[in-house]
Amino acid sequence: MSIDLINLTNVIISGVLTGLVYGLMALGLSVIFGVARVVNFAHGEIMTIAMYAAVAAFAVLHLDPFVALLPIAASFFVFGYFLQATVIDRFISRPQHSQFILLLALAVIIANGLLIIFGADARHVQLDYLLDSIEVGSLLVDRGKLYAALVACGASASLFAFFYCTRTGTAIRACADNRAGAKVVGLNMKRLYSIAFGIGSSSAATAGCMMILLVDLTPGAGPSYTLLAFVIVIVGGLGSMSGALTGGVLIGVSEAVAGLFITPSAKSMASFALLIVALIFRPRGLVVRRA
Amino acid sequence: MKQRAILLLAGLGAGLLCLPLISNDYVLSVAILFLFFAYTGQAWNILMGFAGQLSLGHSAYLGLGAYVAAATYFHFGIGPWASAWLSITLCAALAGAIGALAFRYGLSGVHFTLLTIAVAEFMRIGFDHFAWLGASGGLFLQVSRRDQIDLLNLRGTPIMFYYVILTLAGGALLLSAWLSHHRTGYYWLAIREDEDAAQALGIHLFRWKLLAMMVSAAMTSLGGVFLAFYYNNLFPEQVFHISRSIEMILGPIIGGIGTLFGPIVGAAVLVLLADGSTEILAAAGWDVPGLKQLIYGITLFVAITFLPQGVWPAIARKLKVSK
Repeated sequence: MSIDLINLTNVIISGVLTGLVYGLMALGLSVIFGVARVVNFAHGEIMTIAMYAAVAAFAVLHLDPFVALLPIAASFFVFGYFLQATVIDRFISRPQHSQFILLLALAVIIANGLLIIFGADARHVQLDYLLDSIEVGSLLVDRGKLYAALVACGASASLFAFFYCTRTGTAIRACADNRAGAKVVGLNMKRLYSIAFGIGSSSAATAGCMMILLVDLTPGAGPSYTLLAFVIVIVGGLGSMSGALTGGVLIGVSEAVAGLFITPSAKSMASFALLIVALIFRPRGLVVRRA
Repeated sequence: MKQRAILLLAGLGAGLLCLPLISNDYVLSVAILFLFFAYTGQAWNILMGFAGQLSLGHSAYLGLGAYVAAATYFHFGIGPWASAWLSITLCAALAGAIGALAFRYGLSGVHFTLLTIAVAEFMRIGFDHFAWLGASGGLFLQVSRRDQIDLLNLRGTPIMFYYVILTLAGGALLLSAWLSHHRTGYYWLAIREDEDAAQALGIHLFRWKLLAMMVSAAMTSLGGVFLAFYYNNLFPEQVFHISRSIEMILGPIIGGIGTLFGPIVGAAVLVLLADGSTEILAAAGWDVPGLKQLIYGITLFVAITFLPQGVWPAIARKLKVSK
């Protein structure tokens, strides 16, 4: 293989690995929308709280984010559950725009609360093995990215298992497919919405614990992650689970490849251009969900 | 009832007209901020409050309007008396293009809102790399002789800026009042309440929604022109940022979406709460970055949760005037 081709393959592999983490984050957004019909404008901000939690666990307790992951994911499930049950639930029957504004307000509160608590400095987690690479033939795979992607795959797989193999998961899917029908057969909608929001937050938190291994973190990072998650779910189809993962990988790769050709700071412009085009021509996503 | 309202309004107007006579620079700067929020809130309210389309990307028009006027002054020395028209035209054209695409393909709800955000973000990053306009380093206007008033070029004292923004805010209120009692306003109202029913009545949805977009954007662009010349510096990171769009929607939401005085009352509440409290804390030696925005967020949260109609309808009932 020529040098350029090797370089390109390396970039694509790295894009796929990052994309899987993106996909897990977007999966959370998609589950929340698909089930509770809540458009979570605070998704990226919820993820940044988890990222700060991972940073704090590492700084204070010297916990590796791969270990801190479990308690953080569990507590974010509880957080999401109660957020939906106590605050968002009363907005279910209100006009859509007031629900958007509520979540936007939460996003502003979280971002500035984090700024006040942690300050504006960029944070990251310093682990030696993150700098290693694994050589496969002439290809180089970043070790931290590989582990992060494996965790993201594992978490997504367990979500799919939950939704397709358990009674609660099936009930949640029923609720997403047909609200009226689910109500008629006596499902407890409020509880299922809360579980869905809990799962969504927990996915965002898990993705956040992985993301902190890949990027530096500032309190203002939330909106760009929220928008990234929206780009992914719109491209993949809002409410579709497999679409979110496909979209994540697609965006991960396109960002990585775009970084080869244009300045890194401008590469998210490509994502927004993609979002605009997708919104106008394929608002239901590239992967059309069968009824 | 109507007499009462006119009397109150006249009192408020006279008070605002005389304010510079009795206030210092600090009070004036807070009043300018209040009127600026009232003005941009009024502009956003036309699209959301009247026509029911939620835009979270109004910073695109604010930023474009500001940059067009600032760039023509910076590069060619032409003042806003001429460039404001260019700002208005370009912003209306941008809004027209976005609206035409969105409404032609039937985007609504979250898809429309996301489209507005995506356009604003796209422009933010684009202007960040636009070297002719200073890119991310910012565009700075020369501050020349603050004591001499040059209205055509918008150079002068804070008092001049105060009267400029007061005129804009007053004009926006009159325009909104006129529109809301005009055929256009009733069409928008019908669209906001039920698009399908409005269409069934023969209202051309595409045309009237597009008009709301363009009017709202054109008004917002003038706010941008004011912003550029008042602060004398522009950064894409600030003027196009989504937090700008959120700031714009705070006033009308807190005051009452779709009402004439909601944006004004909301802006007053907001400026008093957020700027008042941060100033008091700063005076006490507590300078906490992010606190003002945190208060914005909490106010928005409380307003949308407990007062979804806004504070103005409640106040209007107390004052016994119509909304």
